[in-house]
Amino acid sequence: MKAKIRKIATFVEETRREMDREISPPTRRAAAVAVIENPCAGKYVEDLSELMAIGEELGELLTVRAVAALGIPGPSAESYGKAAAVGENGELEHAAAILHPKLGTPVRRVLGKGAALIPSSKKRGGMGVVLDIPLGHKDAAFVRSHFDGMEVRLNDAPRANEIMVAIAVTDSGRPLARVGGLTKDQIKGEDGLR
Amino acid sequence: MPEVVMRKKLTCVEEIFHEGGPVAGKPLRRAAAIAVIRNPFAGAYVEDIEGFMDDLKPLGLEMARTLVAALGGDPKVVEGYGKGAIVGSAGELEHGALWHVPGGYAMREVLGGAKAIVASTKKVGGPGTRLDVPITHINASYVRSHFDAMEVGVNDAPRADEILLALVMTTGARVHARVGGLRAAEIKGEDGLR
Repeated sequence: MKAKIRKIATFVEETRREMDREISPPTRRAAAVAVIENPCAGKYVEDLSELMAIGEELGELLTVRAVAALGIPGPSAESYGKAAAVGENGELEHAAAILHPKLGTPVRRVLGKGAALIPSSKKRGGMGVVLDIPLGHKDAAFVRSHFDGMEVRLNDAPRANEIMVAIAVTDSGRPLARVGGLTKDQIKGEDGLR
Repeated sequence: MPEVVMRKKLTCVEEIFHEGGPVAGKPLRRAAAIAVIRNPFAGAYVEDIEGFMDDLKPLGLEMARTLVAALGGDPKVVEGYGKGAIVGSAGELEHGALWHVPGGYAMREVLGGAKAIVASTKKVGGPGTRLDVPITHINASYVRSHFDAMEVGVNDAPRADEILLALVMTTGARVHARVGGLRAAEIKGEDGLR
């Protein structure tokens, strides 16, 4: 394994009621987060291929953890998202190197499909920084009921020389989605948009 | 007494491989089960609240079983525990105290008769409030290697008329425990203290 992982955390959220209405079946989201050493911390590194390789590794590991936490087979996942927080001795580009070039392919392999762009966010911050992982339907980015986000946070990460990498997966959209737009039963799933 | 109405639940699992020292042969795992329920006493002073402790017992058992499942399904791997509550702004601290009996005894029952008092904490707070849930050894409160804590919280809870309830279990000592004191191997296990 290329990544030096200090810890892994998983979060599973299940919403059963919203505004005093029952949500049946409950909506569920899971996030898996790895805290890794940043091999490029504290200096300018031109070639970020080491971080790209770490992204590929974590794409698989974290997606497997997230769907396992939901207790569903990968292809049953409905929406997904990714995010990274770089500790103070790193640069935003380190998050980009992990998230963008190679992380997506193994995510899609675990989830069966994934025609849509994986929504993402990134930031630099200190320990306890909050990551809002954006969520969108995995096969059609325009499915409005699945535009969402999941907050994750670890009180002791990222340290200055660390990066926190997160992948979120759901088996559903928002609890009481009712603002119209494309619905999931209308998905064509060809272009990743509709 | 009123029924227990749950809005959402969250399960978090942390797996800790190292904290700057040698990588642990067996990673430490900490798990938290959180339930966000309606506070039936919010908004007014209610003298007689004690009966709600009985109503919370099934929820306590459900959450304790969730934790054992999240740690792999075998209650024997659990070595530390703790509990806590955050009461929304329309409630009072005493409402959080209702969790002591149902939360604590549920974990003891599921773990097959743990002897030590369950460490606990509570507060009143708004949505996103974090709580550092204290953790001690399940059979002997003085085991120094197992003094620990896990931070929990939910970004959108507790609302004013809600209570956030938490149970926490761990599988061992702090990852680099080395400050002496009573060790787990030295437990007599008679009084729950040593």
